[in-house]
Amino acid sequence: MVCNLCGTKEATIHLTEIINNQMIEIHICEECANEKGTDFKTHFSFGDLLGGIPESGKSPKTGEKKLPNRCPSCGLTYEQFGKTGRLGCGACYDSFARLLIPLIKRIQRSIRHVGKKPGKVLSEQKSPQTLKDLQERLRKCIQGEEFEEAARLRDVIRQVEEKQKKPKRGKE
Amino acid sequence: MNPLDALVEQPVEWLRVSGPESDIVVSSRLRLARNLFGVPFLQKLENEQKVEVIETVEKAIRRSPRMKDAHYLKRAQLSELDLQFLLERHLISREHVEEKGEKAVAITSNEVVSLMVLEEDHLRLQAFQAGFSLMDTWRIINQIDDDLEKNLNYSFSASLGYLTACPTNVGTGLRASCMLHLPGLVLTKQVHKVLQALAKLNLTARGLYGEGTQATGNFFQFSNQTTLGQNEDEIIDNLAAVIRQVIEHEKEARRYLVEKKRVKFQDQVWRALGTLRSAHVISSTEATQLLSLVQLGLQLEILKGALTKQELNLLFLLIQPAHLQKLSRKALSAPERDIRRAELIRQKFQKISL
Repeated sequence: MVCNLCGTKEATIHLTEIINNQMIEIHICEECANEKGTDFKTHFSFGDLLGGIPESGKSPKTGEKKLPNRCPSCGLTYEQFGKTGRLGCGACYDSFARLLIPLIKRIQRSIRHVGKKPGKVLSEQKSPQTLKDLQERLRKCIQGEEFEEAARLRDVIRQVEEKQKKPKRGKE
Repeated sequence: MNPLDALVEQPVEWLRVSGPESDIVVSSRLRLARNLFGVPFLQKLENEQKVEVIETVEKAIRRSPRMKDAHYLKRAQLSELDLQFLLERHLISREHVEEKGEKAVAITSNEVVSLMVLEEDHLRLQAFQAGFSLMDTWRIINQIDDDLEKNLNYSFSASLGYLTACPTNVGTGLRASCMLHLPGLVLTKQVHKVLQALAKLNLTARGLYGEGTQATGNFFQFSNQTTLGQNEDEIIDNLAAVIRQVIEHEKEARRYLVEKKRVKFQDQVWRALGTLRSAHVISSTEATQLLSLVQLGLQLEILKGALTKQELNLLFLLIQPAHLQKLSRKALSAPERDIRRAELIRQKFQKISL
């Protein structure tokens, strides 16, 4: 993929930004990133960068789904997150899942936690959905071609199934 | 009395110059990012809630067997100088110094463990060890994390792991890092190759004081960049494997300097020592750079003398701005510090025949 800014070098940094409720992807090369002076490896403040990209102003295509404006739990907007690179609360991960999951996949190269778990997890923190609900959501995602979310749901379902198989799994 | 004053001349545990590969790996450090369930992240926290978080964490610390005797210092108890002092000792981060608002830090008396409260996340727990000892450090921090979580409910999702304010930390919330002293690779102009290779391996290199700082005096902090998709052991193993290779390259560069470029290298080391012995005004950047060369000269036995590597390691710390002021027991302007610094260094080098 060629860099969106200089149009010559290979893009190695990939960003997602929301403008007018539309998801825009930016691909830039290391050199242009350095020139812009932003440390993309640690946080992403896209503001300046978008100024240099002609496509960022184009009107949303018809049929694009509206994105949630605010996290119902803390009131943060995705634009605010785009500016600061910081989320407002734990629930933001759910509220903006459709945008965050692809972003996380890009920066983390994974969307599945496999490390340490707390010894106790509050019951309200556990996914309140039953296996049936999850499978229903998975089916809808696949129909809607939302494959990123579908992949995430598939992982959650797998975890739930595993837990049901072995209800008392000790902590490592 | 300010509990921090006792720390000034205390030998720093992680500068002991002990532990594996301590000629190259100064220290190993791990940090875990945690947030309390049901409490908004920092940017959405009201002042009252901040005070509550600080109190909640304090209670958990007092019940934790390994942290119960830690100093717990709140923002109001700390002067600007204190914050700078803690930053120089790597007990808090630059962000923790600069962000306004209520915050706190817990520090164990041996300075091995510190816990920043209300940095970017509610909790930033970190543990330090001298030398190349990431796995030991992991055991320490993992136990304390277990202790604390008995009295705290962490924000956690089955799919994404520990939820953090920035998605770059989500999952394990683990940042593993080693501080490397790489004068050999810098002098032989190879360090940029190492740094380029790192990016491809999902690792990053930063300066002496972490995020957003330049590498000075040939010190680099190597750390993992991703926190999701691998468990803690894998993240640490991955970093350790790369650092092992960097150590080999540094050793090779050092051998090359001693064997193939001996006269030039001797010249550089002795000139550095000459400047340190005679300067009457010196900046911390210049001093760090020159001390780094002298340290290398000692390690490669170009210089021999009574100055131990440990004393020298401590000197790197004592010449930092806040440490100089704490030692002098008064505020010093930048020009005054440059004079005081030169004086301190001359004193150290007078006593010894090198």
